[in-house]
Amino acid sequence: MVTIDQANQDFAQKVQSMGGGETLMLCFQCGTCTASCPSGRLTAYKTRKLIRKAQLGLEDEVLSSPDLWMCTTCYSCMERCPRGVEIVDLITLLRNLAVEKGVMSAPHKKVGEMLVKYGATVPLNDEYENKRESIGLARKPANTMGDDKALADVKKILKATGFEDLVGGN
Amino acid sequence: MAKYALFLGCVAPARYPGVELATREVCKALGIELVELEGASCCPAPGVIKSFDQNTWLAVAARNLALAEKQGVDIITICNGCYGSLFDAAHILNNDPEKLAAVNKILSEVGVQYNGKTKVHHFAEVFYKDLGVDAIKAKFTNPLDVNVAVHYGCHFLKPSNIKNLDDPERPKILDELVEATGAKSIDYKDKQMCCGAGGGVRSGNPELSSKFTEEKMKNMKAVGAEYIIDVCPFCHLQFDRTQKDVKDYGLQVVHLAQLYGLALGIPKEKLGM
Repeated sequence: MVTIDQANQDFAQKVQSMGGGETLMLCFQCGTCTASCPSGRLTAYKTRKLIRKAQLGLEDEVLSSPDLWMCTTCYSCMERCPRGVEIVDLITLLRNLAVEKGVMSAPHKKVGEMLVKYGATVPLNDEYENKRESIGLARKPANTMGDDKALADVKKILKATGFEDLVGGN
Repeated sequence: MAKYALFLGCVAPARYPGVELATREVCKALGIELVELEGASCCPAPGVIKSFDQNTWLAVAARNLALAEKQGVDIITICNGCYGSLFDAAHILNNDPEKLAAVNKILSEVGVQYNGKTKVHHFAEVFYKDLGVDAIKAKFTNPLDVNVAVHYGCHFLKPSNIKNLDDPERPKILDELVEATGAKSIDYKDKQMCCGAGGGVRSGNPELSSKFTEEKMKNMKAVGAEYIIDVCPFCHLQFDRTQKDVKDYGLQVVHLAQLYGLALGIPKEKLGM
């Protein structure tokens, strides 16, 4: 059971003051989001419940919940929300807050590491370089996969924003 | 001739080079000039990277937008994910001077500045709105006779309040573009459902992710589809890998640029099919 003394009274206000969180309190719990959610159809995840918990300030429960990572960002809920709640933007913001607290799964962290290492979330390798060449493309494209200066620039940006440290296991 | 900087993204050049080749050949044949977006990076991926840190996501996207701005051309993408990231980032930065200034502070580390001028387009949008279905149809030399299931994906049309391309519940753009080749787009149950790959779900929760994909493919198979037509290499990968790793539904996964390549008479092998 969740009781109100577990709530952080300032949480909803904090979320509303951040980019993407402005519409949090507009939700009146109609459940159109849950009914539209393909992920919710396949699991016990309920979008409406997640939003309600955020409204009530159940910060720890929201930020540590695996439910937060069930959303494929398909926007079905947001397109249909009668209150104009920017649900996907809210979920993205809540995920950012969770990650700030160190909540990130190993495979997600790995995707972040790829960006730091290659400037790409899917790295090129010999097999696909050969494939590229065999159909008449350059072995490496003109992006960070084949341009060291560009990769160095992206790495500098990822260092400046703190992303490198975030996924670097520090 | 319309001219765009081709934003490749990661999945097409590194896993489906046939999609990249098809895009280059098809654009040439249809009269769209593509220039390289030299030094571009990952868009970055809206699923994991934006979920981890929106400031990083915006800064890396802004660098890509700035590279196009410097070349004086707008961006064309061949992927819904790249389109989603770059379109959203441009929507934010081109309309919010404060956020633009904050991002430029980060970009100054690498001597890059963005002035909020770049526009971002999806290749299917350019085909439909700038060329038009009839003009495209007139260029095809090899009409196709195949039943296909069109998969729009999520970030091509949505969020529709900023993209304004088509009705997100009952769209027609891709069906019309596909039928220009002679292929027949068959309606199927839950056609607008997500493939399951987005939002970090493919990497973070592969079992859930493939449940989406299998449900979609069952529905496609039930109406007799032979091809899945997508406009996103990540959806493409999701349908392709799920059939290789989980269950083969006998559905050929085809990016719209590859389908157009076929209709222009480009050999299947070259298109990576």
